[in-house]
Amino acid sequence: MGAVKLLFVVQRPPYKSENPRLALTHAIASQTAEIYMDDGDSVVPTVVFVGDGVLNVVKNQQAMKLYGVTSTESHIKNSLLIDMPVWVCKEDMERLGLKEDQMITDAEEIGGELKTKFVSFAEIQKEMESVKHLLFF
Amino acid sequence: MGELTLGVFPSLVGSMSLDFAFKLADAAIAKGHKVNMWLSGNAVMMAKKGQKAFKDYSHNEKKMMELIGKGMEITVCEACAEARGYHKEDVPAGMKRASMDWYLAKTVKTDKLLHIGGE
Repeated sequence: MGAVKLLFVVQRPPYKSENPRLALTHAIASQTAEIYMDDGDSVVPTVVFVGDGVLNVVKNQQAMKLYGVTSTESHIKNSLLIDMPVWVCKEDMERLGLKEDQMITDAEEIGGELKTKFVSFAEIQKEMESVKHLLFF
Repeated sequence: MGELTLGVFPSLVGSMSLDFAFKLADAAIAKGHKVNMWLSGNAVMMAKKGQKAFKDYSHNEKKMMELIGKGMEITVCEACAEARGYHKEDVPAGMKRASMDWYLAKTVKTDKLLHIGGE
């Protein structure tokens, strides 16, 4: 079967529901999924934030300080750290008045090299058409 | 015949989404398809045996056991379950527990993947 591309589409805002967190934890779990697969198989996830889901990518989240739980920001940074592409819909950022300097753009402080990619919906749609499965959260 | 994998996320009571997931699984099995079901998030409430049926609430345990008997593979997210106080000894017979990588691995061979529900 080889490498299977998956696109995790996060539509819901952070902290209001568990879904964005589940999207990130499921996507990160791709790192260890090979123990259940045949030799040579793998999953290659990309996480894309659309609609109100782009609010998950706003930086300086204080979930640990205020609620004692890990932030969605930390999960996004961990995703970048393991070289998992993180995309954000530019049109939805504009709709919500968000600029790139308000968003999580990298995970440099923990050693990550990959950067967040701000993309048009047309690019997202193209990716949707190229993957085997879409996972809506 | 094909293989269908359902990622199921809604809570036990509050919407009919979980009921729909079991109805869809039943219909697919009746057509000869293989069905895998992954219970995550609030859907892990299904991982508690001994649920009592009331007319006012959805009751899916009987249907779930029937589908397991017909070959449906059903696995619950163990972290989501433990976080809610559902432990290994609570799990109904025939249901497995695994970490999220089990579900990711299923996406490789399954023909169709569908997510249902979520809060």
